[in-house]
Amino acid sequence: MGKHVLLIEDEPNIIEAIRFILTRDGWRVSAHSDGADAMAAIRGARPDVVVLDVMLPGRSGFEVLQELRADPGMAALPVLMLTAKGQDRDREQAARLGATRFMTKPFANTEILDAVRSLALGAA
Amino acid sequence: MPRQALAGSRIRERRTAAGLRQVDLARRVGISASYLNLIEHNRRNVGAALLRKIAEALKVDPAALTEGAGATLLAGLREAATSTVAAGTPAHDAPELDRIEEFVGRFPGWAGLLARLQGRVGHLERSVEMLGDRLAHDPTLSAALHDILSAVTALRSTAAILAEDGEIEPEWRARFHANLEDESVRLAEGAGALVSYLDTPRRRELGAVPPQEAFEGWLEARGYHLVDCEGAACPDPEALAPELPAAARRLAATYARRYSEDAAALPMPELLAALAEVGPDPGILAQRFGLPLPLVFRRLAALPPGRGDGAEPDPGTPGRIGLVACDGSGALIFRKPAEGFVLPRFGSGCPLWPLYQALARPVTPIRVPLETVGRGQRRFHGYAYCQPSYPGGFGSPPVVEAWMLILPDDGPPTTPAQAVGSSCRICARSACPARREPSILGDEG
Repeated sequence: MGKHVLLIEDEPNIIEAIRFILTRDGWRVSAHSDGADAMAAIRGARPDVVVLDVMLPGRSGFEVLQELRADPGMAALPVLMLTAKGQDRDREQAARLGATRFMTKPFANTEILDAVRSLALGAA
Repeated sequence: MPRQALAGSRIRERRTAAGLRQVDLARRVGISASYLNLIEHNRRNVGAALLRKIAEALKVDPAALTEGAGATLLAGLREAATSTVAAGTPAHDAPELDRIEEFVGRFPGWAGLLARLQGRVGHLERSVEMLGDRLAHDPTLSAALHDILSAVTALRSTAAILAEDGEIEPEWRARFHANLEDESVRLAEGAGALVSYLDTPRRRELGAVPPQEAFEGWLEARGYHLVDCEGAACPDPEALAPELPAAARRLAATYARRYSEDAAALPMPELLAALAEVGPDPGILAQRFGLPLPLVFRRLAALPPGRGDGAEPDPGTPGRIGLVACDGSGALIFRKPAEGFVLPRFGSGCPLWPLYQALARPVTPIRVPLETVGRGQRRFHGYAYCQPSYPGGFGSPPVVEAWMLILPDDGPPTTPAQAVGSSCRICARSACPARREPSILGDEG
């Protein structure tokens, strides 16, 4: 069984596209759409890589990231943060809070594939 | 602060009115006729001693030669000079600040135009700031952009899958086609909504005067006296200023509501009677009527126009009474200038105003003799009082308002007065412990 990516994102059509791309590449992909209980979903799924959107209903991606990094068990979990293009401040904040890598929306499919692959390698 | 509001023009005016020849006046005050001529054309400044002699010879109050509407114009021009001349401009390209009065005297029309343009530049700068803030913080706009960006992200990813990946199961292909259709509809709607949001309703705000200024202009045009709100209750505060834009109209309505409450508590005939009896000291008036100081301040600043405008204006003349108020952050929320006491058009005032002392010492009446900075010095009394209120009751955050009444001090100078300015940028007082930004005027003197 391939490695596991947990995608935390609330746009169903983006989820579907990313799921398709990563599944084709041999990943197991699960998705979660709410910020409020995202931590519980991460703890339950124990993924190899998390793809985390900044703008989530319930709770922002920043807050989720902050809590995740405060948990010693998950401090090293690779996180790919999705931010909006041009929002440099978002990017700076994500870096400060401990995001492993960023990607700006909109992105090319090969970009997300490369990013997730290299995160998984780094974590291995 | 303006130094001499065209004393020269006024001397010439008074001399002609008195039927005196230049040469006669010059001889009486001990200067040459040609020097007096230069003074009268605002090409030379007049020292205080000479001004006193000239005033004596013309049988007028020296203040009558230095005061006037020119002060505001001069302040506007100085502001234009500070805010538009870049640092490092070579001296020969910089405006000749030392000859500003000559300029106003010789080209009053051009000077007025320049000051008005400066005001316009100020408005536009603030509009740009407002729009920048809106772009950065407007929730509707950022939600619309987020929506569009999400649609574009989904479209781009989905389209790339369909375009690049030849072997997709028909079932998946159909789903992605449906997603493309969904997202393109959403993108079109999002873009349409964004365009109409940016396009339609805000046109009026762009070049318009900020609400606070529109409201102050409206109040000034009424001489700070609202006839409709005196006597019986105000008809309908919302309908008082139909000509103003909505935001300014709300400010006017709020003001009018308080005005009519004030008027009910202290009717004008009673105030006028008390003024004739005990004078304009707000402390004595507040004691006599058993009313809060800020209310008495506001009533004094709302005296009807046309009062006491005879040959000898008394301190209670409406145009000579100024009033400013600030909130807990020090931002000015009300300004009525007193003749000779120039108020900044926006931003905060001079940190040495007793207004700010009152802010630091709430519920303590503070009176400070004041003297405006510069050569055309005028003396005033500043009466300040700060009253916190707790609209939410115990435990709620205090809402703080400080008020300062500015009354002219016509008596002989007895006590040393606190030198105060309008705002740091156009203040000449060089060794000021409270200065927060450099002045363009150089040293006092």
